[in-house]
Amino acid sequence: MSLFKTITDKPWEHKGIIGGLKPEGAFEAPSEKVALSVFLVVASVIFSLFTVGYFVRMELPDWQPLSEPAQLWFNTGLLIISSVLFQWARNIANTTNNKHVTAVFIGGGIFAILFIAGQLVTWNSLQGAGFYMTSNPANAFYYLMTGLHAAHLLGGLWVWSKSSIRLLAGRETSDVKLSIELCTLYWHFLLVVWLVLFAILSNT
Amino acid sequence: MAYVPLADRDHEMEMHHPHSWVGKYVWSQDHKVIAIQYGSIAVFTGIVGLALSLLFRMQLGFPDTATFIDPSFYYQAVTMHGMIMVVYLLTALFLGGFGNYLIPLMCGARDMVFPFMNMLSVWVFLVSVIILMASFFVGGGPTGGGWTLYPPQTNLAGTPGHDMGIVLMLISLGVFIVATTMGGLNYVVTVLQYRCRGLTMMRLPLSVWGIFVATILALFAFPALLVAAIMMLFDILAGTSFFMPAIIESGTPLDHNGGSPILFQHLFWFFGHPEVYIVALPAFGLVSDVLSVHARKNIFGYRMMVWAIIAIGGLSFIVWAHHMYVSGMHPYFGFFFATTTLIIAVPTALKVYNWVLTLWEGDIRLNAPMYFAIGFIFTFIHGGITGLFLGNVVVDLPLSDTYFVVAHFHMVMGVSPVLVVFAAIYHWYPKMSGRMFHSGMAKLHFWCTFLGTYAIYLPMHYLGFLGVPRRYYALGTTDFIPQSAQDLNTTITIAALFVGASQLLFFINIIWSLRYGPKADPNPWGAASLEWHTPDTPPKHGNWGNSLPTVYRWAYDYSVPGAHEDFIPQSTPETEEPTVDEQHFDPDQDESLANA
Repeated sequence: MSLFKTITDKPWEHKGIIGGLKPEGAFEAPSEKVALSVFLVVASVIFSLFTVGYFVRMELPDWQPLSEPAQLWFNTGLLIISSVLFQWARNIANTTNNKHVTAVFIGGGIFAILFIAGQLVTWNSLQGAGFYMTSNPANAFYYLMTGLHAAHLLGGLWVWSKSSIRLLAGRETSDVKLSIELCTLYWHFLLVVWLVLFAILSNT
Repeated sequence: MAYVPLADRDHEMEMHHPHSWVGKYVWSQDHKVIAIQYGSIAVFTGIVGLALSLLFRMQLGFPDTATFIDPSFYYQAVTMHGMIMVVYLLTALFLGGFGNYLIPLMCGARDMVFPFMNMLSVWVFLVSVIILMASFFVGGGPTGGGWTLYPPQTNLAGTPGHDMGIVLMLISLGVFIVATTMGGLNYVVTVLQYRCRGLTMMRLPLSVWGIFVATILALFAFPALLVAAIMMLFDILAGTSFFMPAIIESGTPLDHNGGSPILFQHLFWFFGHPEVYIVALPAFGLVSDVLSVHARKNIFGYRMMVWAIIAIGGLSFIVWAHHMYVSGMHPYFGFFFATTTLIIAVPTALKVYNWVLTLWEGDIRLNAPMYFAIGFIFTFIHGGITGLFLGNVVVDLPLSDTYFVVAHFHMVMGVSPVLVVFAAIYHWYPKMSGRMFHSGMAKLHFWCTFLGTYAIYLPMHYLGFLGVPRRYYALGTTDFIPQSAQDLNTTITIAALFVGASQLLFFINIIWSLRYGPKADPNPWGAASLEWHTPDTPPKHGNWGNSLPTVYRWAYDYSVPGAHEDFIPQSTPETEEPTVDEQHFDPDQDESLANA
């Protein structure tokens, strides 16, 4: 669909069925994928606004930069592995040789759980070192933004667990293929969000 | 697997027709039932908002007559009135109510794309309303910090509801945003993916365009409110200092340090200004359809109307700081935001001209919905023009926080959308209920509401020019508030009580007609759009019987020269179009042909 062509159409001039008997779908994609894409834009707005808030608040005099623990690099590695496994699952789900898809897909989710556990460990070590949420806005933003990211991941894991149960129950891969694809898209999105957040947090 | 559009998979779709009463009317996944649930909850909340406004108007018109209206209650009533009307009434009613009812019907779909999520949306909305209402019953009562909830004032001991009231308000808003997002994803994807055969985007009625673009605005603007609400909750509950500066409360320094209240204002208005258009754009769309149908003319400049909706939607994201001129900003920012604000007047004025030109030489039928639609043009021009005053920094500074602002935004986003709500309810009532309402009573309702609201808000402009500040519990005696201003306030309160009471005409009419109204014709106004051509009135679950409709034309083929009737339904193929030779057709001279 060319957007320009669409909105410059003169509907009063054309009668009949435009484009033959094809029903109108703006995108040649399943509705679930369109909905997820719109949601990802909404989630991007949320993360962007937190980031804007972060930069605005950073300019004020009481800001003391937080030096992020090195463990975040390890956690980032876990999330990358998770995303790679999801991509792998999605790729083999589209082929005939898909007997490993269940294992790979479930593995992707497990690495995401490990990532969240890793984030919790980081939180604990920061708390132990006296970096409380209330002691400085930089700390508060750290907890808030990593927490929000983890909350989004938990939402994804809920869908992942439902799809995993369906796979383990022996459902055909073709029934779960769309779920796998959407999970993959969502995981990649959250990986990108994390990389951006990580870059901002560790460079300020 | 190749992509197959939904309308091509209609034969595969299973409709789960519930048989129990609970399945049909409570846990229903039918968009029409959900629309009525959404609308009813919103209207109920709106009645609470209306009652609150009458109470605080009592204090302004007849100071200290009602002893229970103390300053705390006054501020709580003003705050809750504002938030309820903007968010829980208008947003929910336009998107959840009209959006749910009209989108699938006007798109020729059987339902929304995700009916379960749609059902979830309305129940989550109900939870948000319950949380909001709960704040009336907690210690300290609801928040009284003004509907803008500005910190630090909202969170300090001097403000009513600073303990639990504000917390419940923020949680309720968060839950509301979840509900709106679930609903919004549905509306957007349904419009994009679920249209029937032949229904291109540019053949959609403007109602769908208005609701569609408003939904996109809601999806992108509400996150700003969510972000602000989350950060403020952390400030209140966890003791962080996102927004709270170092401050002394009743002689005691608080633990907060260095937060930025202005940051909150930016986030709030980044949501708050698009919110105006989340309410206005559906109203623009609905009123366009009502005007066109009852003027028996195609809407003037359909493409321009669509472009204007899109342009207004886009521009609404870059004007937010015009709400913050008095907060202080760099003059260049003020210049920028004043300019963008005035630019929005261009597509908006274009829409107004097109509505008026739609009426021009139309075969106007003065049915009750048309009264409200024409009334809307008046109130909207009025409220829009005062907006141009306030958009300019130098004019805004003296008028800010006076009754001029109250008059402006009530005319433009209170009265105008509400007139459209009434127009739309009366217009679609025969389709929704299968009954006709009492026309005379509806027209009486119009005159009471239209003249009554003018009696309320026109004098407020004068109060504003005098410099009478808004949000004051008692005005006291000052040089610039003479006795005549106090008298004007009394008059306004009497008018408000009258308008409030006259809404009973509406409720009695639609409730009485549900049972005793005469049976409605399936298409009583002779409208061309799809929703009037369902096999059943009111439409049953699944809307279209055995087969989906096919669309052959736009939704505005009214008074087409040579046609049998003065409208051609969207689903009439061009081959079946009963036309005569247009070149020799003159409806004035050849009536027999016109009536053939």
